[in-house]
Amino acid sequence: MKNRKYLLPVAATGALALSLTACGPSGGGGGQATGVDCAAYESYGKLDGKTVSVYASIVDTEATSLETTFAPFEECTGATIKYEGSKEFETQIGVRAKAGNAPDIAIFPQPGLLTDQATAGNLKPAPKAVSDLVDKNWSADWKKYGTVDGTFYAAPMLANVKGYIWYAPKTFKDNGWEVPKTWDEMMTLTKKIADDGAMKPWCAGFEAGEATGWPGTDWVEDVVLRAQGPEVYDQWVSHQIPFNDPKIVDAMNKTGEILLNPKYVNGGFGDVRSILTTGYAQAGQPVLDGQCAMHHQASFQAANWPEGTVVAPEGDVWAFMAPPIDASKGKAINGGGEMVGAYKDTPEVQAVLAYMASADFANTRVKLGGAVSANKGLDPANAQSELDKQSIALLQDPDTVFRFDGSDLMPGAVGSNSFWKGIVAWVNGTPAKQVADSVENSWPKS
Amino acid sequence: MTVMPAPDEAANASSTKTRGGLPPNGSPEDSEPIMRRVKSKLTSRWATAAAVIIATVWTIPTFGLLVSSFRPAAKQVGPRSDGWWNFFGDWQFTFKNYVDVTAAAGSQSANLSQYFANSIAIVIPVTVFVLVLASMAAYIFAWGNFKGREAAFIFVFALQIIPLQMALIPLLTLFTQVLQIPPGSYAQLWIAHTMFGLPLGIFLLHNFISEIPGEVIEAAKVDGAGHTTIFWRIILPLSVPALASLAIFQFLWVWNDLLVALVFSGGTADVAPITQRLAEISGTRGARDYLNPAAAFVSIIVPLAVFFGLQRYFVRGLLSGGLKG
Amino acid sequence: MEFIGGKFLQVVIALAAFAAIIGLIMLLVDRAPKSAKDKVTIVGFLAPAAILMLVGLVYPALQTSLLAFTDAKGQPNGVDNFVWMFTQPEALATLRNTVIWTVLVPLLATGFGLAYAVFIDKARGERVLKALVFMPMAISFVGAGIIWKLVYDYRGPGIEQTGVINYLRVALGMDPKQFLLDAPENTIFLIIVMVWIQTGFAMVILSAAIKGVPVELVEAARLDGANPWQQFRNVTVPGIRGALVVVLTTITIATLKVFDIVRTMTAGNYDTSVVANEMYTQAFRAGEPGRGAALALILFLLVLPIVVYNARVLRQQREIR
Repeated sequence: MKNRKYLLPVAATGALALSLTACGPSGGGGGQATGVDCAAYESYGKLDGKTVSVYASIVDTEATSLETTFAPFEECTGATIKYEGSKEFETQIGVRAKAGNAPDIAIFPQPGLLTDQATAGNLKPAPKAVSDLVDKNWSADWKKYGTVDGTFYAAPMLANVKGYIWYAPKTFKDNGWEVPKTWDEMMTLTKKIADDGAMKPWCAGFEAGEATGWPGTDWVEDVVLRAQGPEVYDQWVSHQIPFNDPKIVDAMNKTGEILLNPKYVNGGFGDVRSILTTGYAQAGQPVLDGQCAMHHQASFQAANWPEGTVVAPEGDVWAFMAPPIDASKGKAINGGGEMVGAYKDTPEVQAVLAYMASADFANTRVKLGGAVSANKGLDPANAQSELDKQSIALLQDPDTVFRFDGSDLMPGAVGSNSFWKGIVAWVNGTPAKQVADSVENSWPKS
Repeated sequence: MTVMPAPDEAANASSTKTRGGLPPNGSPEDSEPIMRRVKSKLTSRWATAAAVIIATVWTIPTFGLLVSSFRPAAKQVGPRSDGWWNFFGDWQFTFKNYVDVTAAAGSQSANLSQYFANSIAIVIPVTVFVLVLASMAAYIFAWGNFKGREAAFIFVFALQIIPLQMALIPLLTLFTQVLQIPPGSYAQLWIAHTMFGLPLGIFLLHNFISEIPGEVIEAAKVDGAGHTTIFWRIILPLSVPALASLAIFQFLWVWNDLLVALVFSGGTADVAPITQRLAEISGTRGARDYLNPAAAFVSIIVPLAVFFGLQRYFVRGLLSGGLKG
Repeated sequence: MEFIGGKFLQVVIALAAFAAIIGLIMLLVDRAPKSAKDKVTIVGFLAPAAILMLVGLVYPALQTSLLAFTDAKGQPNGVDNFVWMFTQPEALATLRNTVIWTVLVPLLATGFGLAYAVFIDKARGERVLKALVFMPMAISFVGAGIIWKLVYDYRGPGIEQTGVINYLRVALGMDPKQFLLDAPENTIFLIIVMVWIQTGFAMVILSAAIKGVPVELVEAARLDGANPWQQFRNVTVPGIRGALVVVLTTITIATLKVFDIVRTMTAGNYDTSVVANEMYTQAFRAGEPGRGAALALILFLLVLPIVVYNARVLRQQREIR
């Protein structure tokens, strides 16, 4: 191909620019920029001239961080990692795999999608080195999410913690409110705030384009996990109990006590239904302006506050973990994360997989901010914010029972379609039972 | 970096002459009785008023977006935002969104010009391919003589309905497995877009080419011209307005495409068009969606410039039924 | 700017290769023996387009037809997908909406486009006026979604409105309205977006056609004392009938296929879904390509009347000639 000749220098300058940014100040002047100690990378071997393509749903600044994390590996091994991010990853990975044009490595944001690809026979089982690393660095729960029908395919990468309830410490302090320790306390506080009338207790926003409704699935999952415990949660997610089981409908109604109560929502935006037209990235902002007291969203909400907002226990905004509903059901948290699967098993692909499962990778990435990992080899000192520190502590705590975001585990027809739609219909006025029935009907018959 | 048409060009619009030896459009106003002229001025004044109202209604939504694109993030989204019209009261003006879109945010954006170049490198060949292949086919469907011509044309017409989405997987398989076209090259995009553009292109051009008077073609045949001569010397020059119209539509469809690009481009700055980059500008979890208005405007600059540039060529345009009288 | 050079070299090579192929075809056609000349011409002129369409459209269409009878795992499942299609609760609303879209969008867009084309014909600043209404055509569907979300934006009563229509409603003393949430009128609000886009297409083509109507005919009608409306009805409209059919047809097909507007603005919630959006959702998000394919076949059936109508128009044209 003629064009190759012209593309190569471009790629080379790109890679150089990248490694320069990665190494920061040490990279000044000419010549080779080596701010990295390559000793730790020797075990991956020499991979000069090898290229590994990585495809994921991570884009823009988050993608830059990921590429920066790859940089020392590329520099020391000589391999090139060709990263491509797309917001349409979930639809496109299926198209590419089916057409025989899969990337070498895909980072799956949903275990359900990983399961689909594995059962379709597209994925290669993880190499032993990766499996061993995961045994060493992650809890058994996490390994399970990368395992399909007894075969381990994918190591976890980053994680996020769901179920945080965001609030403005100053607002709470000024009004003499305490951070609730149980669900009942939270409901009492909610009622008190509503009765005071100065602001709505809650604000929420479920609008997310074609994914509208997903923040609501997180709400319901949190309540199922806290009210019914991890066992029922697992049965629900794996369809051992139907979606319209009374326990689930109860949990929806319990969520509805907050979300569907016009006195409790939706500060700064309007009535209950305005939840559906409020973008989830902005939905929390009334917390800062004293228009609402609390906002439920995962740890990544930290990036959604306007520039300059201080996220800290004494800052502009801080979060507490949604309190337990039934203390006897244990202290489980809900969260999400990415799983790294491979479509090829060449040595260079396996080397990249091993790097991504290593503690080095987690530490390098977390140091760049805006991310945490459940990797036990992660040094909490690398966390870039108070919240990251707290999330890491939760994830690494051996007593924490971790459950993956349920909608991400359900089959696509439910988890990425009818569950979202059901939440939307529910907020728009359809009764919980009817919604649960229709989601149950959409569950693929197998 | 883009050339906007000079404003006075628009004012000169009425002086633009049609091409292809067709009668000019100006009405012989001088010979009109005065009364009639006054009357027609009056009606045209009402018509102009109505046109201005429609134009205003059509433009306000886009104008709102344009104004928004210059407002700071907090004014655009979230609870502190207010309507864009408040801009004219508080004048909080910023170029920051445009800077972020074109330069500052994210790994891939430092070279937005690369994506721009990609878009152009994708759209120009596709437009040429579709125009030439569609006009060749349309010429045969209009003037060729073979059995089943009508049925074949109707079949091509019906192909328009085939949803792009359904063709993506079979095509990608073909490109990568059978034809071995390297992934992440322009070639896949060029071919795919051309395939998808042909049915409508043939349909539109056929309607125009079939209305070229038969006498013109007969006369050429008598002079001994073959099909190739007729096609290049008569059909194409007479079809310039139609070709220009199709060119602009084809340009727009390909320029604004995201779906085909997602499947065939490989997503890197080597090949991916600007739509693909702009779709990601708001970040993995939409934290920067206040950049969307600025991004939208960055992407429509080129199509608008092309529209202004080509406008003079389709003053007469597609499908005039005029020649038959 | 080395990278730009590399990119444009590829473009130049592609264009040169294309020119070489076309040149070769022309050469072959020219050199063909007299007896076979017509045949060679037909084959030579049609072959490139025909091959591309067979590979890129016909073959996938056939595959889709087969896919419509398989389940998520690719196993044949008879007509289950079609049964599902007509028994899911939202099926009727989806079909109803699709019909409303395909009736309203072509009529409204063509109507506005025609009226506008007539109004601005020979008006001062015609080019600028044209460009203003054409502008939505230059905006991608996703961009249009962003724009119209801004227009329909809603805030509760008593909170400052951010959407322009709700702002006007409140200024006139009405309550703000959730435009996208209440069926069935929300479908109309989505249709407005598509009309807003397609009017530019209709206007450009119809304006060009109007300019093709011979001036002498209009003049003659005017001298006969016809008022502007009569001139328009009796001279202009018959003169542009062909263009009207083309515009209506093209917009109808575009409307049947459009899914981006629904997808970005309501995601098919609140009873606003249309067949094309359902097809995309099932095939790409829900992991049910069989159901998506079945919906694609329904789209094909829906377009059949238009195909038949166009076939008849074509035959009439041929008879006239």
